[in-house]
Amino acid sequence: MTSAVNSGAIIEADGLTREFRVRDGKRRRLLTAVDGLTVRIEPGESVGYIGANGAGKSTTIKMLTGILVPTAGSVLTCGLRPVQDRRRLARQVGVVFGQRSQLWWDLPVRESFRILAAIHALTRAEESDRTAELVEQLELGGFLSVPVRQLSLGQRMRAEIAAALLHSPRLVILDEPTIGLDVLSKQRLREFLTGERRRGTTLLLTTHDMGDVERLCDRILVIDHGRLAYDGDLPGLSRTVGAERVLVVDLAEPMPDLTGLDGARHLSSEADGLRQRLAFNAEQTTAAKVLAAVSDQAEVLDLTVEEPDIEDVVRRIYAAGR
Amino acid sequence: MASAGAPVTGAAETAGLRERLRPYRAVLASRARSQRAYRTSFALDLGSSALVGVVELAEVWVLFSNVTALGGMRFNQILLVFGLADLAFSLADLSFGHLDNLPDFLRAGTLDVFYLRPQPILLQLITSDLSLRRLARAAVGAAALGIGLATSGVSWGPRTMVLLALGLVSGYATFAALFVWAAGLQFFLLDGAEMTNAFVYGGRYAASQPASVWSRPLKLIFGFFFPMAFTAYLPAVTMLGLPGPDWLPAWLGWCTPAAAVWSWLMGLLCWRWGLRHYQGGGG
Repeated sequence: MTSAVNSGAIIEADGLTREFRVRDGKRRRLLTAVDGLTVRIEPGESVGYIGANGAGKSTTIKMLTGILVPTAGSVLTCGLRPVQDRRRLARQVGVVFGQRSQLWWDLPVRESFRILAAIHALTRAEESDRTAELVEQLELGGFLSVPVRQLSLGQRMRAEIAAALLHSPRLVILDEPTIGLDVLSKQRLREFLTGERRRGTTLLLTTHDMGDVERLCDRILVIDHGRLAYDGDLPGLSRTVGAERVLVVDLAEPMPDLTGLDGARHLSSEADGLRQRLAFNAEQTTAAKVLAAVSDQAEVLDLTVEEPDIEDVVRRIYAAGR
Repeated sequence: MASAGAPVTGAAETAGLRERLRPYRAVLASRARSQRAYRTSFALDLGSSALVGVVELAEVWVLFSNVTALGGMRFNQILLVFGLADLAFSLADLSFGHLDNLPDFLRAGTLDVFYLRPQPILLQLITSDLSLRRLARAAVGAAALGIGLATSGVSWGPRTMVLLALGLVSGYATFAALFVWAAGLQFFLLDGAEMTNAFVYGGRYAASQPASVWSRPLKLIFGFFFPMAFTAYLPAVTMLGLPGPDWLPAWLGWCTPAAAVWSWLMGLLCWRWGLRHYQGGGG
């Protein structure tokens, strides 16, 4: 705990634990929000930190950034002790809390950036270069002089991300960055974050969106009831929990249940078999192969593929661990 | 928030200080701009703030239309006390009063945002806003102080000037510390703003009264623990050459800086304690 030596890792947590005293009726009890988290994240990694609501994600982020003091264990973020070295750490970390704005709601976006540049002691040249870069990449040009409170959700989120990245932090922590965004905004944001990664920025993001995880993260940490339930890549996660995708097909005419297909399992049928849901494991087959197998038996009019749900993935991990 | 008494060792030092103050200047300047941006609303704010000051002054006047002296002081002398207290409090309220909003930050979780910036939390909070409308109230206080000084029989000289300057600066600091103290307690109370307001605004009210009429428990609480008597009454008594009441001798009028230091010690201790509680680090 006393060592502030930079061992090279961006995040190094060892037995990180946080308990809260909560009131339960009249009695007080101890709730363990994060329980013995040991993890090491290297520079340049892009890590998805997923778990159900209340699993301990926010508590972990607060301990990583020096907002909360751990009850036990230790953590170094960017080689610094988050609580003791909070002010030095703030210069190296950028955090986007989806629900808590860093911007001044009554000020134009441009003015918020100017204040943040002063807060992070950027020189005038650094400020104008970096602002111009972020404005271009996040397409903020159209609303720089609009007060923050008048922005749409998508615009505000882009402005928030620019605000958190203005001082070019080594580590960027994003808490539900794509929540509530439309498909196009999500896509743009993911492209931007992919670009940031190429600069060597380390990303840690919490999300409920499997699309975020698939497109942005090469490593996934699953936290459940405060404990690390999984640490690995996405294919490995699918193998571990057998998370299946679902192919939904709309057929030209009613059909009996499509059982016995190679690599797919019939889940349910609607409207006398006009719509059928088929589960398949993305590790073993592809949506195209399943579709081909269905097409041999019936004419397909329309189809959708449903991604595994994060809550479901977490539930399966939990069930598997018991 | 300038660091008082920093030795001037050259341009580099000044530039360093300017750079350190840059974040605070940037926020405060934008707050001031945004308040003045809506002129009508700002004018109304100023008007209502002035009205509150005038009503409180009228309260003192009404009291004195029924009695000739209170606690050994005549109306003009009370004006001196009222003016000192109100001017110092209004200026403290202008620059520290928004610490009252801490419970909102705590409920919305927005205090966390301050942790992500490389400045001390308390300094960020203090400089996060500026209530310019309080200037109107400060003007009422200044007017009362001016009239009090001119008509209460204060003998002018360096002694009075020093007492006045010490009293105003220390009074401002003492009230400011009271806001910090109250903010520190909000971490524990959450819905306790009313309780702490009783001390902050009750303290302001007590400060504008002659402490000679207080009962002994009140003298202990607002004379020493929250040293309200030091913000106005004691400097006024010393300036006027009046004898102080029991427990509050007139020479204490020279000790106003000590009261300010004591208030800040208590305020910062309370703040630190609250912040630790928030972070859950014990203490």
